[in-house]
Amino acid sequence: MNRNPLRLALLAGLGLAIAACTPTTTDVAVAPPPATARPETPATTPTTPVAETASSLVPGSQDDLRQQAGSDTVLFAYDSYELDAEARGVLARHAEWLRANPNVRVTLEGHCDERGTREYNLALGERRANSAKNFLAGQGIAVDRLSIISYGKERPAVEGSDEGAFAQNRRAVTIVMGG
Amino acid sequence: MARPAVFQRPAGVPLASACCYGLFMRLIPLLLAAVAAPAFAQPAAPAAAPAAGPLRVDINAGLTQPMPIAVPAFAPGNAGTTEAGTTTALGQRVAQVIANDLKSSGLFRPLDPAAFTTTVGVDSVLAPDFPAWRTIAAQALVTGTVTANPDGGITLACYAYDVFAGSEIARQGFVTTAAGWRRAAHKCADLVYSRLTGETGYFDSRIVYVSETGPRTKRIKRLAIMDQDGAQHRFLTSGQNLVLTPRFAPGQQTITYMSFENNRPRVWLYTLGSGRQEAVGEFQGMSFAPRFSPDGQNLIFSMAVGGNTDIWRYNIATRQSVRLTTGPGIDTSPSYSPDGSKIVFESDRGGSQQVYVMDADGGNQRRISFGEGRSASPVWSPRGDYIAFTRMGGGRFGIGVMRPDGSGERLLTNGYQDEGASWSPNGRVIMFARSDRSGRTGLWSVDISGLNERRLATPLDASDPAWSPLLP
Repeated sequence: MNRNPLRLALLAGLGLAIAACTPTTTDVAVAPPPATARPETPATTPTTPVAETASSLVPGSQDDLRQQAGSDTVLFAYDSYELDAEARGVLARHAEWLRANPNVRVTLEGHCDERGTREYNLALGERRANSAKNFLAGQGIAVDRLSIISYGKERPAVEGSDEGAFAQNRRAVTIVMGG
Repeated sequence: MARPAVFQRPAGVPLASACCYGLFMRLIPLLLAAVAAPAFAQPAAPAAAPAAGPLRVDINAGLTQPMPIAVPAFAPGNAGTTEAGTTTALGQRVAQVIANDLKSSGLFRPLDPAAFTTTVGVDSVLAPDFPAWRTIAAQALVTGTVTANPDGGITLACYAYDVFAGSEIARQGFVTTAAGWRRAAHKCADLVYSRLTGETGYFDSRIVYVSETGPRTKRIKRLAIMDQDGAQHRFLTSGQNLVLTPRFAPGQQTITYMSFENNRPRVWLYTLGSGRQEAVGEFQGMSFAPRFSPDGQNLIFSMAVGGNTDIWRYNIATRQSVRLTTGPGIDTSPSYSPDGSKIVFESDRGGSQQVYVMDADGGNQRRISFGEGRSASPVWSPRGDYIAFTRMGGGRFGIGVMRPDGSGERLLTNGYQDEGASWSPNGRVIMFARSDRSGRTGLWSVDISGLNERRLATPLDASDPAWSPLLP
């Protein structure tokens, strides 16, 4: 199993962020699900069969990515789209996971905290998503497996208007789009 | 009992006109001949100006000392009944709409009808009891008649008087459908406002905005439209797709906005009346921050490709697009000058968001904002004399104005997050969205003097307001 104590600790530390990311993914389900709709997110739906036990993760799923890479999210400094060492580490594990799941495509979602104007934040979110995409491409992942979308400040991961919330909302999330 | 003919919708008038928002309604201005001159005691012919000079609202001083004005119920011109009610009931509602419009400008103080010592009947519209209005210290009087027409429509006659001079200031009549009574009332208020301030009115106009509900992490956003005073509210989109930043075309039949439909964020067009929604162009990247050119033929918007955001112009008829900025920074929030010759926009090319101006072809780009903090989301006034913008600094957002050369910068508001400025059709009032730390957001307006800040009620939370031009 590709897990170690460090990654488990990281996972626990990011538990809040991961749980709070869930609305972002479920929100898209409001739209009529296209053929490439994201799978339901087992983290918030314990009754979903795939989530019954930790060991029954579906290979190539969003939960599988989270479990294997420790997180599906990288964080950014205020008004920045630079990947710090921690973010590069997470994305390197995403690249590793993508190599192990060669049929999976992902969308990189770029998000901002609320301390920017609406239109500027759409552009900043695009920069963040693009940073993550470029890093994965630099790791050898084919660009036709990588798409991006910016939500600006429209889909915060967590509620709240303090620095703790802002820090979790400035992010890029790797979303599994299926094979 | 058989319904009289006046109940029937006039032939040839589209259904929509009788509906909720008067989109296709025709308002026919009517010259009211001074046929009743004998009944109307003019102090001196031919001018109505009193010796002390014409009654006038100083648009700057007026905000601190609004003019007392009486708007009694309009008199029923006949005993008719329309789809919108009896002429008596309409006369009362018309007066309320007019009084509310004038009050919202901050320049007028409509007097409490409970204090009125007289009324205006159909026989006294042309010769009101000025001494009675003087006793309650009304400086101006707005009155008139509502008459049911044989075709089911109405005629609204609007008169404004200088109470102390005992003279007429303005008069105009409007022929419309019964459902159009609100627009006729707004036109009357615009007439009074323009005659007393010297500025064009703005009450016969609408607001399109984004209605918001639900938790911040999965906010549901819908396009909605309403009259400038909040009346005749309706939703335009279902909330299934995230929508942002609606803006009117100059002809106001079309709205451009951004939608995340199919997880593909880009610029769309919404046609009022038909409800038709159409994506704009097939572009490589995300298109956003759209606005129309003053002639309605082009859109300008931002496009983000590979981490770089530039401004593009898109011709709606030919579908040809032209890139106007090329730098590596974020260039966004473009807005045309009213003559179409220039574009104001924001860019972080200098390190942080600041306001820039360029020629309409992209040439001659230069920074104009040099104040503290960041300056963003510029919008050119329809009068051309100011640019409104969002100032960020100290963890707060406020709305400010500057001259098109960047001089004369003034901050008008200060909130946790005030953003999304939009100009009234006469360039006198700015509407914006104000959000607090709890995530609640609503629409507010402020006079360009910075006074008369007031909230516009909406059914749900609200953001991204866009004011229409004056309706035709």
